[in-house]
Amino acid sequence: MELLMSIVIGIIFSVSIYLFMSKNLLRVAVATLLLSHGVHLLLVTMSGLQRGASPILSFDAEAYTDPLPHALVLTAIVISFAVTALLLVMSYRTYKVHKTDDLEDLRGSADE
Amino acid sequence: MTLLHWAVLSPFIAAILIPFLYKYLKRIHTGWFVLILPLALFIYFLSFIPETSSGNVVLNNLDWVPSLGINFNVYIDGLSLLFALLITGIGTLVVLYSIYYLSKQKEKLNNFYVYLLMFMGAMLGVVLSDNLIVIYVFWEVTSIASSLLISYWYTREKSIYGAQKSMYITVFGGLSMLAGFSLLYVIAGTFSIRELIANADLIMASSLFIPAMILVLLGAFTKSAQFPFHIWLPDAMEAPTPVSAYLHSATMVKAGIYLVARLTGVFGGAPEWFWIITIAGLITLIWGSISAVRQKDLKGILAYSTVSQLGLIMSLLGAGSAAFYFQDGDSPLYMTAILAAVFHLINHATFKGSLFMAAGIIDHETGTRDIRKLGGLMTIMPVTATISLIGLASMAGLPPFNGFLSKELFLTGMLSVTEYGIFNLEAIGFIIPIIAFIASVFTFLYCILMFYKTFMGKFDISKLKVKHVHEAPIGMLISPIILAVLVVLFGLFPNLLAYSIIEPAMAAIAPGILSPGEFFDVHITHWHGFSAELFMTLGIIVLGVLLFITFRKWENTAFYRGEQDLFNYAYDYGYDGLIKGSQWLTRIQMTGRLRDYFIYMCTFIMLIMGYTMYRYNLPLIQNLDLSPIPVYTWFVILVFLGSILTIPFLNNRIAIIITTGVSGFLVALLFVLFRAPDLALTQLLIETVSVVLFMLVFYHLPKLKKVKTPPKMKTIKLIISIGFGLMITLGSLSAFSMGQEANYESISEYYTENSKEKAGGYNIVNVILVDFRGLDTMLEVLVVSLAVLTVVSLIRLRFKGGEDV
Repeated sequence: MELLMSIVIGIIFSVSIYLFMSKNLLRVAVATLLLSHGVHLLLVTMSGLQRGASPILSFDAEAYTDPLPHALVLTAIVISFAVTALLLVMSYRTYKVHKTDDLEDLRGSADE
Repeated sequence: MTLLHWAVLSPFIAAILIPFLYKYLKRIHTGWFVLILPLALFIYFLSFIPETSSGNVVLNNLDWVPSLGINFNVYIDGLSLLFALLITGIGTLVVLYSIYYLSKQKEKLNNFYVYLLMFMGAMLGVVLSDNLIVIYVFWEVTSIASSLLISYWYTREKSIYGAQKSMYITVFGGLSMLAGFSLLYVIAGTFSIRELIANADLIMASSLFIPAMILVLLGAFTKSAQFPFHIWLPDAMEAPTPVSAYLHSATMVKAGIYLVARLTGVFGGAPEWFWIITIAGLITLIWGSISAVRQKDLKGILAYSTVSQLGLIMSLLGAGSAAFYFQDGDSPLYMTAILAAVFHLINHATFKGSLFMAAGIIDHETGTRDIRKLGGLMTIMPVTATISLIGLASMAGLPPFNGFLSKELFLTGMLSVTEYGIFNLEAIGFIIPIIAFIASVFTFLYCILMFYKTFMGKFDISKLKVKHVHEAPIGMLISPIILAVLVVLFGLFPNLLAYSIIEPAMAAIAPGILSPGEFFDVHITHWHGFSAELFMTLGIIVLGVLLFITFRKWENTAFYRGEQDLFNYAYDYGYDGLIKGSQWLTRIQMTGRLRDYFIYMCTFIMLIMGYTMYRYNLPLIQNLDLSPIPVYTWFVILVFLGSILTIPFLNNRIAIIITTGVSGFLVALLFVLFRAPDLALTQLLIETVSVVLFMLVFYHLPKLKKVKTPPKMKTIKLIISIGFGLMITLGSLSAFSMGQEANYESISEYYTENSKEKAGGYNIVNVILVDFRGLDTMLEVLVVSLAVLTVVSLIRLRFKGGEDV
């Protein structure tokens, strides 16, 4: 399972990096979202998958999955949402002001 | 903190008071207050003479960072006392001189005296500490103070140029020196100079000996303006003349000499040390004296002459280091060199100090320092002329002045080098006295030229900017007169200093050569009989006068007409090149394209990760303890991969958003399968809101254009992204397998065991978030609220009349 997930995570990262290198703001925003998915899954996978019950004591199991990565990822999900929201609104404002969503056209002037 | 520590720190404390004195007591020249301090310190340090001349040392310890071996230990022996007396003695005279030189109406005296006191304290710190790191700190403070003083008239472009140049060169040397000190620490495990000297054998045997030596010498050579780092000193002449007299001839530039003398006990005896220092000193000596002849500016002549005299002292220290090879202090053969170095150090401070002050007086009264415009000042400024004559005669090596004595000793030292019979000297050693001889001829020549051009010849007021020229006020003359009197006094009675100052300093430079209770034989005489030195001196005088008589013949040659040092071109081109190069690099690198930045970052991360894996033989994929893959997860993962992989191919906005949403919800499903119910819930919630937000925003964004990427770019993008993904997969597997191999106990055991007892909750993840790590969660809320505030202000907030950006 961990081997499979590692490969899946690698693919998520590849796609996300590929999208980051495109010229379009929308694709970049999607790329950040995908990148955070990749990171979250990576953290969970690192601690080993499906070893023990869900980390809830009332299940009274012999072993629980590691709760610490879960806590980390939970925080990360919320923060990455905040980042995505910010990025989206910023691209909206950028488009409103500069009338373009092409990163190539948004470059600073060369003779700065 | 003993009195000695306070003595080192007192100039800094006084520097704090200066601005207040300057502001509230404007009627009195601030210099009068400053004058008290160096005078008091000078008298205080004089009281140590009985102690050091009987062969004792004073050591007062003060811990600073003991765990790193850094202690502010003040150490006084003959050498540090000699320097402390020079710093405070010349300091007193310079402050007195500056009171008349700098007008209290026109100049910013507070800046001047703050920098000067800062320098004085730092310089005392350099010569009085026993700890290399403390020396380094004070050393850099002297560089900073020197630059500030050079740029004292900061509206002049040349001042800024000179200040920057001296800063770059000396700080470069300082940093190398720090590296050298660190290497010494690596070898011997101590920063204390006394302990390093005690471990000299250990250091000598180390493979780091040569690198440490070269790095330390870089520091000493840049500071003491040794070839080819001498170029900063002539440009430092933009500083007010009291500063040139103090920092750039008497004290700061001798810090490098001090360091070499001090560390002779550590490095001395090695052939490399002998050769590098002797050769560098001799080249500096001859280069400086020849360059001085070409100068037309009084201070320029003095600057190059200082360079050349520093080279002279340096070469003597190099020659004297051979004493450590023999470990024998009885033979006068090589101790003459060290004696000459110490004696010339004192003499140079006296005659060069008086010459600088005289040059300052001429500048002050006539408004120029150009020898082509000056002339015939002998009758107008008789006192200044006398002072200059004494100083120049001493520098040229004429009897009965002190310069004659140390020049004779120098020649003796250089001649005796050929008799050492070590370090292959028999083969090429004969060059050393020849270089010394030629350099001395040129020294003689520029001394005559300087005197002749300034004081003899015809006085022509029309070339000057001022209307009347007259002798300087008496206050300005006191200091150079005192120095000139010392020049004569030391010349007539050289043995005044012999056992009080010179012998203890020699003993400090060459520790361990003498057994306790023994003293070096220091007896300086005027007459040695008809020796080789005497004939050399006569030769110098004859050749020098000959060159002077034929001056008209070579006056118009390119050699004399140009005055720019060759190495200045190297510095200027190097400096321009550095700026242009970094601009070019920045232009290439900072393209403003997100894509390029991602290519840089990903390539760099891949290289680092790849190298680490290669270095530690990763990934260790064998023996992985993998959990089984249930059949139904295959479906989830296949759908997930399908949705992810379609995203780059889509060109429709809504399709992209929906596919992204699908992948997000599948992540939630994966969390369920991985038994992380909390994560699944959060992911579901967040993903829903995200999709809504995407929809809202992209309603306003334009349609996607079909982008044509050049095939080359497409390949690069593919290689980078696939390579990066592969690296992440390998990294994740290596981390997983290493975690299993190491088999550490998970730190989450604590939470599992205590969540019910201590926090009263059954859901461990929740308990961690709201209880164990509650503060983190609170800060997370803060981050989210900041994001919300930014979002709201970006959408809603408009300032009236402001630009809408």
